[in-house]
Amino acid sequence: MNFFRYSSPSTFYPLAGKLIPWFGWSALLLAIVGLWIGFGLAPTDFQQGEAYRIIFIHVATAWMSMFIYVVMAFWSALSLGFNTRLSGMMAQALAPTGALMTFIALWTGALWGRPTWGTYWAWDARMTSELILLFLYFGVIALRNAIDDDRRADRACGVLALVGVVNIPIIYFSVQWWNTLHQGSSVSMVAAPKMATIMLAGMLVMAIAVWFYSIMAALMRVRCIILERERGAAWTGQLTQPGTI
Amino acid sequence: MMSEPSVATLQATAPASDSGAWAGVRWALARDLKLALRSRAELGVQLLFYVIVVSLFPLASTPEKNQLALMGPGVLWVAALLASLLSLPRLFASDHADGTLEQMALSPYPLPALVSGKMIAHWLTTGLPVVILAPVLGLQYGIDGEAMTALAAALLIGTPILSLLGAIGAALTLGLRGGGSLLALLVLPLCVPVLIFGAGTVDAVHAGLGVTANLSLLGAGLLVAIVGAPLAASAAVRIALD
Repeated sequence: MNFFRYSSPSTFYPLAGKLIPWFGWSALLLAIVGLWIGFGLAPTDFQQGEAYRIIFIHVATAWMSMFIYVVMAFWSALSLGFNTRLSGMMAQALAPTGALMTFIALWTGALWGRPTWGTYWAWDARMTSELILLFLYFGVIALRNAIDDDRRADRACGVLALVGVVNIPIIYFSVQWWNTLHQGSSVSMVAAPKMATIMLAGMLVMAIAVWFYSIMAALMRVRCIILERERGAAWTGQLTQPGTI
Repeated sequence: MMSEPSVATLQATAPASDSGAWAGVRWALARDLKLALRSRAELGVQLLFYVIVVSLFPLASTPEKNQLALMGPGVLWVAALLASLLSLPRLFASDHADGTLEQMALSPYPLPALVSGKMIAHWLTTGLPVVILAPVLGLQYGIDGEAMTALAAALLIGTPILSLLGAIGAALTLGLRGGGSLLALLVLPLCVPVLIFGAGTVDAVHAGLGVTANLSLLGAGLLVAIVGAPLAASAAVRIALD
């Protein structure tokens, strides 16, 4: 099977339609399990009390917010490099989900900060970087909306996303650079985690749930974008006939 | 009407080979500087904007000396950023409107070289005056000797980054609706690290930490921007010309 078969919107459209239920139901199932672990099984933190439980949503969305920007930049690079139509559409489809994840991460962070630090907002490096990330997403979305020609929008947003991706490492290393109020990462690839295994399990399950949700949302959105842009093509006309996907 | 150095000269003097990168930088730099010097009033207005913004902050907050000394570096930096932003739309817009930009893209000079020349001209006409004026305005905020030297050094290294990053945004928003505010939305978030390290330089002086770390980080950012920004901006120009 040739993998590049699915790089065309007309072949990717039905594939995306088949994948959406799988990712959607898995996301729902994992979210239920993750929230059950987080709010039911995980023990109360002896320092932070019950308030810490919001991290099960906060950490998952914060990871996702940064990861989606990298994925968006990846599709942008493909779009710029190979001039493929679907890559630009994928980048366009990912931006709103990324902005949503960033917003949820900021919001839950503020709600967690109030009982724990005593303030909704602090000008800490990581929070500020996350806020900048939200602005970067808004910038990409606004630039897209300002350009009428889809192909020009793809390429312009591609350049912007690639320039903005420089910001991601700054977010990630800002904790070490400025080292202010935000606590250091509790989860690391190299060292043993500094938290109970059950909490870690809940967080990882939630992370995968958010991941699958994002894939589902992006696929649903890319299907709409494909239909919108390919409305003149013959294959979209056939979709209205019964018996097709 | 002022007479611009014509595009015909560009095509006549351009070498046939691609080796003329430096010549391209020089040509674009000389042309944009000449254009800027022929509209001195506009340059003056931009500098006045900078001075006025800086002077407004004490009026809006407090004339209390210690507080002013604390917020002074930040105010100077934000004002420098806004002044740079204000002049960005002109960087490519008039050349785009009369077709000069298209001829530049077609010329034998590499487009990144021509764009670099325009970036340098933008910094020389908006960034450098801001750096020169900063010590005078710093006096208004009671920023003293060593801190002021550090702030001026940071501005000297940091403001070229603002011009380099801003040019990318200016090229991306060429000919779009709501260009000015969209430009701000695209460029300002990218400039945040420059702002943090730049204004942080004075804090480092007050904390007795020395300025080397902040200035080195700014310098590193400048080097990355010098390498990357002309390429990104010329790619954006080509997208806008399609």
